[in-house]
Amino acid sequence: MDPREFDVIILGGGIVGAGTLRDCAMRGLRALLIERADIATGASGRNHGLLHSGARYAVNDPESAAECIRENRILRQIASHCIDQTDGLFISLPEDDMAYQRTFVDACLKAGIGAEIIDPALARQLEPSVNPELIGAVRVPDASVDPFRLCASNMVDAKLHGAQVRLRTEVTGFIREGDTIRGVHTRSAQTGRTADYYAPVVVNACGVWGQQVAEMAGVTVGMFPSKGALLIFAHRINNTVINRCRKPSNADILVPGDTVCIIGTTSTRIPLENCHRVSVTPDEVTLLVTEGAKLTPSLSETRILRAFAGVRPLVSDDSDPSGRNISRGIVCLDHESRDGLKGLVTITGGKLTTYRLMAEMATDVVCRKLGIEKACETATTPLPGSQGRSYEEVAREIWEAPSTAQKAAAARLGDVVTRMPNPSRQDEALVCECEEVSAWEVNNAFERMGVSTLTDLRRRTRVGMGTCQGELCACRAAGLLAKAQDCAERERADLLKFMGERWKGSYPIGWGDTLREAEYTQWVYKHVLGL
Amino acid sequence: MRFDTVIIGGGLAGLVAGISLQQAGHRTAIVSTGQNALHFFSGSFESMDEAPERLKTLFAGAGIRLHYSAGVRLMPLGIFREAALSLEDVSLLPEPCFADKVLILGIPGYLDFFPSFLAEGLEKQGIVCRTSMLNLPESVRESPAEIRSVTLARMFDRNWDRVVQQVRLLLKDEDGVVLPQVFGLEDPSVPERIRQGIPARVVFAGTMPPSVPGIRTQLLLKRRYEVLGGTYLGGDEALEARVEGDSVRSVTTRNLDRHALEADHFVLASGGFFSKGLRSNPFRVWEPVFGLDVAYDEDRNAWYNDNFAEDQPYMNYGVRTDEALHPLVEGRPLRNLYAIGSVLGATRPELGSGGGLAIRTAFHAVDEILEAV
Ligand SMILES: Cc1cc2nc3c(=O)[nH]c(=O)nc-3n(C[C@H](O)[C@H](O)[C@H](O)COP(=O)(O)OP(=O)(O)OC[C@H]3O[C@@H](n4cnc5c(N)ncnc54)[C@H](O)[C@@H]3O)c2cc1C
Ligand SMILES: Cc1cc2nc3c(=O)[nH]c(=O)nc-3n(C[C@H](O)[C@H](O)[C@H](O)COP(=O)(O)OP(=O)(O)OC[C@H]3O[C@@H](n4cnc5c(N)ncnc54)[C@H](O)[C@@H]3O)c2cc1C
Repeated sequence: MDPREFDVIILGGGIVGAGTLRDCAMRGLRALLIERADIATGASGRNHGLLHSGARYAVNDPESAAECIRENRILRQIASHCIDQTDGLFISLPEDDMAYQRTFVDACLKAGIGAEIIDPALARQLEPSVNPELIGAVRVPDASVDPFRLCASNMVDAKLHGAQVRLRTEVTGFIREGDTIRGVHTRSAQTGRTADYYAPVVVNACGVWGQQVAEMAGVTVGMFPSKGALLIFAHRINNTVINRCRKPSNADILVPGDTVCIIGTTSTRIPLENCHRVSVTPDEVTLLVTEGAKLTPSLSETRILRAFAGVRPLVSDDSDPSGRNISRGIVCLDHESRDGLKGLVTITGGKLTTYRLMAEMATDVVCRKLGIEKACETATTPLPGSQGRSYEEVAREIWEAPSTAQKAAAARLGDVVTRMPNPSRQDEALVCECEEVSAWEVNNAFERMGVSTLTDLRRRTRVGMGTCQGELCACRAAGLLAKAQDCAERERADLLKFMGERWKGSYPIGWGDTLREAEYTQWVYKHVLGL
Repeated sequence: MRFDTVIIGGGLAGLVAGISLQQAGHRTAIVSTGQNALHFFSGSFESMDEAPERLKTLFAGAGIRLHYSAGVRLMPLGIFREAALSLEDVSLLPEPCFADKVLILGIPGYLDFFPSFLAEGLEKQGIVCRTSMLNLPESVRESPAEIRSVTLARMFDRNWDRVVQQVRLLLKDEDGVVLPQVFGLEDPSVPERIRQGIPARVVFAGTMPPSVPGIRTQLLLKRRYEVLGGTYLGGDEALEARVEGDSVRSVTTRNLDRHALEADHFVLASGGFFSKGLRSNPFRVWEPVFGLDVAYDEDRNAWYNDNFAEDQPYMNYGVRTDEALHPLVEGRPLRNLYAIGSVLGATRPELGSGGGLAIRTAFHAVDEILEAV
């Protein structure tokens, strides 16, 4: 068989593409995924990391709310290593309308979300960081999810089921015969080489870029690109997700994640052409801090690590200028019945939380087209890394007395670590102290996960994501990558690029300690290390 | 408590000023919160080449030798920079191609030194490179997670002769050796002894912070200051000043509580943003102890260049001074206060930057103070 022929080709390596690849592979299809950059470089790597209970949507969008709570329960089972079961609070402050709390709880219960009104005093006990002036609190099953890890786990499992992945490969056009799509043209972002791949069905999972991809095939999908800005704080102030109990608005969710917490978000419609380069403005920073401090007053004194923004792949249907009232609903288009174009399916809209369901819907359409009847099993089959064992157990299985760095690796990579060779003594050297990433983990990411740049590495291992924000660990990791790839010249450029990207995320918040560290970084990299 | 001069900040600028004044018979005190820029020092003083005699003598008194010769120095990421006045650790080379064949020696599990980058940089100069590893005693290898420059230096201070032996064994036909700058934490003679013991040109290349030569320099300067009778109030912080007319009367500190430090002269050597000599919030930049005038842009968007590689405007911000380095408050100078070192930012570009600025302005203030008496 021609190695360029597949049963299905999936475009886009975000969470939806990764999930669809896994589902297709588990149903026995020979599947290929094509991603122009690295995994989770689109919205899937630039979001809030909230595993929605659905409560946020219960009042305005009951359908999405119901989807969220179902998927929330499923993901806790199949992706436990990516999820921090934090729970969530919806708090009412003196200026909020308490009547809304009643409406909210009723809507939650109707959608199947276990929402429970609790005493404000109990809320303060459960979450000591919460604004002590709260006058009402509702507990809901929100959780925090690591999107990088979730995306990587789906990819790894798809590969274990025989799927193939081409990263850094851009889809440049479709191969079309009459009214049928036969495959795609691609170009390697690294070498510039072009290649064609063939399949009877192609799935467009390119998120907000799905509109342009659809255009290449001659069909229209109207996206409503909605930019959201977020701030990462240097400490994990809260252990519970804190939401504001009112109509969804700006900066009203604080999500804890690993050693940090994230406040967000905003919602601004932006032109499609700007989606690949969004940044945060000083005004958005001020808004996020001011509003965020209402959830947790200590936020205003906590150091901000970084500001970043992502673009939600919402699908346009009405003319609301803010985009917030658009349904977060899932859009699955079979372009054969919709546009008379055979062999193309678009899956978009939705949320990180509902990616699995989106993947299932898209794969159902694919299977129907291919005449395959195998049922979806992703709702009950755990992802690698979460086969029911804690990371301590995984770590113990590999190392008799695991070091903290090894435990950290097991926590990040789940039982995938059982397939990595044992570390030698010197491999245990720590690259990143605040995230406890060892040289061994970095080298493995390079050898086994296709990591070739610091940005890739950050995504897979959290090097440069913690409180030090890559000041020293980026350089250590660059030293290891330079050795592993035997190309110091390129790695030096990569290091400069990585530091440049970090700076873009930190200068909008460049005051106080952030500015101190910026000055330190300038001296160390330019004058001491000689970058 | 009363002194002739009170210095706020015990970094390079504060220590150079303090030592000079003590030598001239002044009674001085230095108040200093903690870490300063010397902990991260590359070993070379920016914006300085030949050292003035008085600087050489001052450092020699502390047991530190400085040197300069025109040419280049090798940076940790394999790039060459123009030579500057340096500590002895730093090899100043007449030209980048300092050997035909070089042996680069890393340390197992030590990630803060970059043999791959160095090899690439040297190979670009036509130097043939070979990379190998020094062996560490068992005790250090047991806890590789903690291998950092200071740990290594502490160990090598006792075992430097074993390093020499190992390098001699590892050396084949190379005429050059590159070693990490992790020698001589307390004993400044160690780097030179290693050089003497190895039959090839030895070049020490910098590591990631903390800097072993920098910490040693700080230690020796501080020791020298105390030997000369200076009062070093480490771990304390100057909080507030009492100003009368155009003179500073006293400064309060965190630890001395109600006993303010009184003096005829005051020197502000509190460093830049990193050392908290300058502070900032989203709206302004200020100097916290005296509330001095600071030169900065009102519009925060102008503080930064969004390109990391470019010069950053905020790094130029600093306290405003008159010709004699008297800082200004609402445009008027405080007659018995001097601002020196990084707290000036780039407001006095003619006096240099980095280490050069710290030293020049320290001497300048000392001369003014001595002239005033
Ligand atoms: C600020 C913000 C906060 C959010 N918070 C949450 C939250 O807390 N919880 C939640 O559940 N959801 C959240 N979301 C929504 C969620 O992030 C997205 O719905 C989800 O990540 C979309 O995934 P995707 O795979 O469809 O798209 P993407 O992740 O954007 O993936 C699309 C991929 O396609 C690739 N691509 C594009 N064009 C081409 C081409 N021509 N060839 C090859 N590849 C191509 C892109 O590089 C990209 O990797 C948030 C979104 C934003 C923006
Ligand atoms: C990370 C880094 C690396 C550098 N590397 C080099 C280099 O390799 N070569 C070079 O030439 N220059 C370098 N510099 C520039 C450096 O700033 C100058 O060279 C010089 O060392 C500055 O000396 P200073 O005494 O003015 O300030 P600092 O060294 O910053 O010392 C200021 C001291 O004042 C203390 N202080 C501040 N406020 C108070 C207070 N209220 N009360 C009491 N104490 C206080 C601080 O804690 C600190 O100890 C570097 C700077 C940084 C930040």
